[in-house]
Amino acid sequence: MAGIMSRKDATLFIGFAAVVLLLPILAAPFGAAYPDLLQRFMIFGIFAIGFNILFGLTGYLSFGHAAFFGVGSYAAMWSFKLLSLNAIPAILFAVAIAGVFALVIGYLSLRRSGIYFSILTLAFAQMCYSLAYSVLTPITNGETGLRMIRADPRVLDRLFSEAPAGVPVPSLFGISLSGWNGFYFSALFLLATFFLAMRITNSPFGMMLKGIKSNQNRMNYTGFNTRPYALTAFVISGMLAGLAGSLLVVTDPLAGAERMQWTASGEVVLMTILGGVGTLVGPVIGAWLIKYFENIFSSFNDNVLSSFFGFLPDGAREAAVVVAGKFVGEGWHLSLGLLFVLIVVFLPGGIMEGVRRISSAIRRRGGGRHATARGELSPSAAE
Amino acid sequence: MQTKGNVVLHVADVQKHFGGLHALADIDLQVDEGKTHAIIGPNGAGKSTLLNVIIGRLAPSSGAVVFDGTVLTGKKPHEINQLGVARVFQTPEIFADLSVLQNVMTPAFARRDGAFRINMFRSVDNERGIREEAEHTLEDVGLMDRRAVHAGALSRGDKRRLELAMCLIQKPRLLLLDEPTAGMSRHDTNTTIELLKKIKSRGMTKVIIEHDMHVVFSLADKISVLAGGRIIAEGLPDQVRGDPRVQEAYLGGVH
Repeated sequence: MAGIMSRKDATLFIGFAAVVLLLPILAAPFGAAYPDLLQRFMIFGIFAIGFNILFGLTGYLSFGHAAFFGVGSYAAMWSFKLLSLNAIPAILFAVAIAGVFALVIGYLSLRRSGIYFSILTLAFAQMCYSLAYSVLTPITNGETGLRMIRADPRVLDRLFSEAPAGVPVPSLFGISLSGWNGFYFSALFLLATFFLAMRITNSPFGMMLKGIKSNQNRMNYTGFNTRPYALTAFVISGMLAGLAGSLLVVTDPLAGAERMQWTASGEVVLMTILGGVGTLVGPVIGAWLIKYFENIFSSFNDNVLSSFFGFLPDGAREAAVVVAGKFVGEGWHLSLGLLFVLIVVFLPGGIMEGVRRISSAIRRRGGGRHATARGELSPSAAE
Repeated sequence: MQTKGNVVLHVADVQKHFGGLHALADIDLQVDEGKTHAIIGPNGAGKSTLLNVIIGRLAPSSGAVVFDGTVLTGKKPHEINQLGVARVFQTPEIFADLSVLQNVMTPAFARRDGAFRINMFRSVDNERGIREEAEHTLEDVGLMDRRAVHAGALSRGDKRRLELAMCLIQKPRLLLLDEPTAGMSRHDTNTTIELLKKIKSRGMTKVIIEHDMHVVFSLADKISVLAGGRIIAEGLPDQVRGDPRVQEAYLGGVH
């Protein structure tokens, strides 16, 4: 790895890989160690990393990335229906179709910047949503959602075997992808995505993208044609969204239009900002945190709270349960909103900024002289 | 539009109107290769408009700008840069979020890799050649000890020197400088003059727009005086200094 990766990067990658692969053990104390949720951690980690390649590096804030996620889901589903239950062709097909969508939408949206760019991407995503929800019902099956049925043609599979007896499920060359297999399958894609993001961030190409974010005018007068650079970042990021969308169909074989709604586009923005825009690890942490809130906080009910506050005297316990009850269960969005506000107000650089501050405080206390001077670039591994 | 032997930049019969306002009228300017050509004039004379027309930021209402036999008019800023024209702005245009070193490396990539190239599977850390060149250029402008600092944290004078380094690393054939010492202390101004004198020996053609007469007479080989959108005088520094029309324009003559 020495040729393409610095030692610092290799350490970061190995550390990240270790955390991801050991998640079934590490997440257990938080009650999150079940394959369905951890697989979502992987999938939305990919989505957020991809989104950050556009937003974090070039500064272009897309408000329509759910469109590519949804397109990936539908494309993968059609591959399962028409070609094969094998996940590999489905993923390749989904990434390619999402790439085509990203090329067209990106080409048009990147003619504007700032808020106009964001509004254009939002408009395109809402168009995709309404196509999926009503106009293209024969392809998307409208609000019911698209699923596999036994009678699907699956031409490649039929060449080798008869139709399966039960409900068809995606597999990898005959290996089932349900449960933990599905998690590890998605985890490999997350690691590959992380590796790609790391390569881009440290490459001259990544430096050009950061230049676009910092001062597009200077980039132009320095001799760069900035639009194809931004478009390349847009397409890569759209393809990764498509990859995430296809992996979600592998776990949960139902593709619905709600995945393309603007709230889903907003969610990936939140994930990235929460974790740390422009950092490598931040978007993944943001994605995990939001999916954790969505799945764990929303499942808390009054009984859980009551036992949590069991140490309080009777009257106080009920009051605590009533107040805390507003923030869990159906109200989990409230806790997430509160957390988001706190992070943005006190740590504008997201959770990764918090990590950086803590580690530099420790270094200052430990080494004394190693503290970086004002304005110096902090040598954080996540940069 | 024939350019003569050693004329590298020819601004030919350029007019520029903004609505009814004639910002530039009948501008004909020839810049000789390897020389420092200063454009001076009172506020509102059209100096910045002229520079913006040369660099392609503004399209002239009529006329053309020819650089080394190529018509620049109608070309995009990045195309003009790729032909070998670099520009220092009045307010420094730098990459505030990047380190000083990265600021200088970026233009070097534009020169080596062209206007667009996806160079994704190499690490910037392994680009030794570009890095050494950038460090060498930073030493030239005296910013080597600040190479790891965020460019946004530099002082105003250092930002100007950084922007100059970003242009110099491209080894442009023509360097356009828009008031390179505006807002600088006398000390910083003198350092900048020394720096510009140092790079003069490298045969780079320079067009410099400047208010400060001390700077102009320290650097210029030839001076054009702009007033009311017209060139009212042109010649060697000594000729221009004594020209009564120039005195009048500067002392508030009617234009």
